[in-house]
Amino acid sequence: MTGRTAAVRRPSLLRRVAGEHSAVRRFDGLMLVAVAGLCVIGTLLVWSSTRTWAPGSTGLVKKHLLNQALGVVLCGIVASIDHRAMRAYAPLVFLTSLVGLGLVITPLGATINGSHSWILLGGGFAVQPSEFAKVGLLLITAMLLAQPAEGSDRPRGFDVVLALLAAALTIGLVMLQPDLGTAMVLAVIAASALIIAGVRKRWIAALTTVAGAAVFAVFYFQLLEPYQVARFTAFVDPSVDPRGVGYNSTQSLIAIGSGQLLGKGLLGGGQTTGRFVPEQHTDFIFTVAGEEFGFLGSVTVVLLLGVVLLRGLKIARQCEDRFGTLVAGTIVCWFAFQMFINVGMTIGIMPITGLPLPFVSYGGTATFANLIAVGLLQAIRVRGHSFD
Amino acid sequence: MIRMRARLLVLHVLVLTLLVVLAMRLWQVQVVRGQEFVTRATETRTRTVIVPAVRGQILDSSGRPLVRNKTALVVSVDRTRLSRMPDGGVKVLRKLSAVLDRPVAQLQQRITPCGPGIAKPCWTGSPYQPVPLDEKVDTREALQILERQEEFPGVTAEIHSVRQYPGGRAGAQMLGYLQPVTEAELEKREGLKASFSGVDLVGRDGLEYVYDEALRGKAGLRRVQVDRMGKALGVEEQTTPIAGDHLVTSIDSRVQNVVEKALARTMKAAPSADGGAGVVLDARSGRVVALASAPGYDPAIWAGGISARGYQRLMSEKSGKPLVSRAINGQFAPGSTFKVSSVASMLRAGYPLNGNYSCPGSVMVGGRAFNNFRGIPLGTLDLHMALVKSCDTIFYQAAFEQYTKDGGRSPKKTPKEVFANVARAFGFGSPTGIDLPGESSGRIPDRAWKKDLWNRTSAVNCERSRKGYPEIKDRARAEFLKRLALENCTEGFLLRPGDAANFSIGQGDVLVTPLQLARAYMALVTDGKVRSPRIGWAQVRPDGKVVKTIDVPVVGKLPLSEKERRYIKNALSQVPSDGTAAGAFAGFPMNKVRIGGKTGTAEVWGKKDTAWFASFAPTQNPQYVVVVMISQGGMGGSAAAPAAREIYEGIYGIKRPPAVPGGRLTTRLPAFAPDGTVARG
Repeated sequence: MTGRTAAVRRPSLLRRVAGEHSAVRRFDGLMLVAVAGLCVIGTLLVWSSTRTWAPGSTGLVKKHLLNQALGVVLCGIVASIDHRAMRAYAPLVFLTSLVGLGLVITPLGATINGSHSWILLGGGFAVQPSEFAKVGLLLITAMLLAQPAEGSDRPRGFDVVLALLAAALTIGLVMLQPDLGTAMVLAVIAASALIIAGVRKRWIAALTTVAGAAVFAVFYFQLLEPYQVARFTAFVDPSVDPRGVGYNSTQSLIAIGSGQLLGKGLLGGGQTTGRFVPEQHTDFIFTVAGEEFGFLGSVTVVLLLGVVLLRGLKIARQCEDRFGTLVAGTIVCWFAFQMFINVGMTIGIMPITGLPLPFVSYGGTATFANLIAVGLLQAIRVRGHSFD
Repeated sequence: MIRMRARLLVLHVLVLTLLVVLAMRLWQVQVVRGQEFVTRATETRTRTVIVPAVRGQILDSSGRPLVRNKTALVVSVDRTRLSRMPDGGVKVLRKLSAVLDRPVAQLQQRITPCGPGIAKPCWTGSPYQPVPLDEKVDTREALQILERQEEFPGVTAEIHSVRQYPGGRAGAQMLGYLQPVTEAELEKREGLKASFSGVDLVGRDGLEYVYDEALRGKAGLRRVQVDRMGKALGVEEQTTPIAGDHLVTSIDSRVQNVVEKALARTMKAAPSADGGAGVVLDARSGRVVALASAPGYDPAIWAGGISARGYQRLMSEKSGKPLVSRAINGQFAPGSTFKVSSVASMLRAGYPLNGNYSCPGSVMVGGRAFNNFRGIPLGTLDLHMALVKSCDTIFYQAAFEQYTKDGGRSPKKTPKEVFANVARAFGFGSPTGIDLPGESSGRIPDRAWKKDLWNRTSAVNCERSRKGYPEIKDRARAEFLKRLALENCTEGFLLRPGDAANFSIGQGDVLVTPLQLARAYMALVTDGKVRSPRIGWAQVRPDGKVVKTIDVPVVGKLPLSEKERRYIKNALSQVPSDGTAAGAFAGFPMNKVRIGGKTGTAEVWGKKDTAWFASFAPTQNPQYVVVVMISQGGMGGSAAAPAAREIYEGIYGIKRPPAVPGGRLTTRLPAFAPDGTVARG
């Protein structure tokens, strides 16, 4: 191709996407590599843990790959939008997610694996509005809290109240399903947005006290009502499990521990093959990594997630507008919390909670939400600050 | 923005901390404690299926099986589990019917508990017990069920070892039986704990018990990888079972049959007889050729688990306790057969071997008259004729004299107790040490024993001496018992003159087992050495290699010189032809094989006499020692001796084919072909 022909033609798509001044050039490559790595590992683990469902099948791998492809498209779309413009869409996104959550409690909602948090779309596809609600809530809280009070760098009290209301509404709808794990993530999203936004420490202390009292009251109440205790047990242990709450925890520790330093190799894990750990392609997928890839493999997963988190923090710090910083910081808190709870529960340092591992677990809506969040981070990175 | 950045910095530190915490915990779980979890993973991931070893056979001296082994696969169904299924287990039964190739209706019927209006075949056992459906399952069918447990909930296929007894009831008590292993035994057998299950049988009695370890072999393992639902995914580890060793015994199954038949006929002929024993020893090796006890039972009853009723019947008084071997557990007063010991006692006490002794019809001992049999005086006899004619009074006098020498009613500090000590040297009063469990020791009632008995019983006796026996209607008898109680209370610790006299003729408190008597006679008629008889001869590997030959240990020596021993043996050799057993052996071809022996008739208070005959043949260089005991059989000469005659006739083939051609027992172990079969020739 000569310079002359190039001059007369419109720049090719490739050039426009990858050209010197293109936004793509300003993406955080390291984060994308980490996310891609996690997605690949996730695909392998989903294969290993679901191929045994039927002889000669590849399990859920094809569906998982499709989900990821869709997620990447969504990620690209979100990344190409100016995040400051997104501020305007935030209420719309939030309201849409509320409608989705509302639909779940109508007859349109469906129960899968004992949790009533799905809307069936037909053709074997289903969406989990609570995953989108994470994005909706984080956008609305960031939008509300990004505007500081006059002559201050703290958010206005009214906005804080609005943000709390938004959070309460979302969490309330999710609790109706009930899905304690997601409710906790939503609480973390709201709380971290408040903290990062610079809400006064005594407000935070007050809110923490109220939340603590609420949790205590719930416990106290449930101690009084046996059926509530039983429901709480169902929260703690989402799978239908006849052998007691401790079973999941014990089996996942055994699976991970028996991987030792180097692991038993992909598809070589006896515990995985025997499906001793329930939900091992979704909430407990980390056990497959632990058993088949050993300490080296599972630490790699944690490190890749660490890369995503640290790069996200860097984006938050470098962003020059409050909205971008808030969104990026909140996303980091969301991922950090979900990662720590998920990995922590498989290695016995956190209680069993039904939460997927970001980018690794099987699950369409969760994959979309996670990749949309990555798209948001990239968008903020591209436009949030001036490069040299 | 500055405030936000500061808070982000805190977040940064927090994220790093979380990452480090996770990494450290992973290190701890996977690297530090990894091995522990590998072990636990293996435990949860695998199921161990036991492949029992084929149990060794028990063979007779020429390799004929006494106990054969057959393994049977038994498929059982847990009714309770089936009934809890939504469809009542119909689906499972349908699958099972396909595997077993039997109609569903038939299976359905088999597992229905019997009751009014339910036709056979129905289940007669407990409704909570697994119902065995099919015992002739082949291995392939059983594996289909074992390895796909998730498709057959409530169904088990177990491998049972079923023992077969080609000889039927012959020697049942001696052979013993198998029963499921108990929890306690499992505890003891560390390591294999997991691998032993309810299907595992252990020897409970007899040779099965004593040689259990050798016979059992080593079970094999199949460690199957399973999933959470118990579905088998593949074999992780496999060890083939090692078959148990065969036990070659010195039992000659033909002789055993002869003895069993003789006992059975004798028991039938004496309607009051409630038990009998026959012992045949190989005098040249000290081994057991036949060991029989009546009443007997068919050991096949144990196969596949005994029913509660069957067990009750085996244990009950009414059926004569057929489980108890009279040969080693029957303790009876030996009567005159014991006089061989008393002659030896007299010699050791200093009475001359060639002396003449007066045998009056009656002698006074301690103020009471002690009579000969029917009070008949036999004149002056030497010891030889004293044995042949079975004089009692000579022994009464000698025993009373020794008793007096020891101090009588006020004994010396260290009484000699010649009669008791010589009896012990003959092997009485202690177990023979035969390779069978639970042997009785008999009883030698000396002064120490009396004292011990008194210590244990004086309280009751003293109370009775005061209160009498008001519950007994018969006034005279109650009065007699009261006086007896008083005597026992006040001086029961004393050995009385009458005790000493009774002891000398094998009456009163002295008790022996048939086997003890047989080995005493064996020592007497061979080399004077007391042996511990053995049934087991050798342990042979299934491929024919002899692992271990079992020796017959010498455990003592008769207190007799060679000359004295021969003298007694010669006397005994005359009994069947001229003495108390002459009637029983009338017409026996003594020229063909000469029999020696001694009759015994022991009185048992409140019961009929115990009949004994202790014998050996041929009198020159004996090959056999035969002891027959018939409890409540009557006279030794008329109840026990004919049985012994029948045994000799069977062995030597008098008027019938011989059980042992030429009368000589084999001295060589049967030869095994490399494939484990016995080469007969």
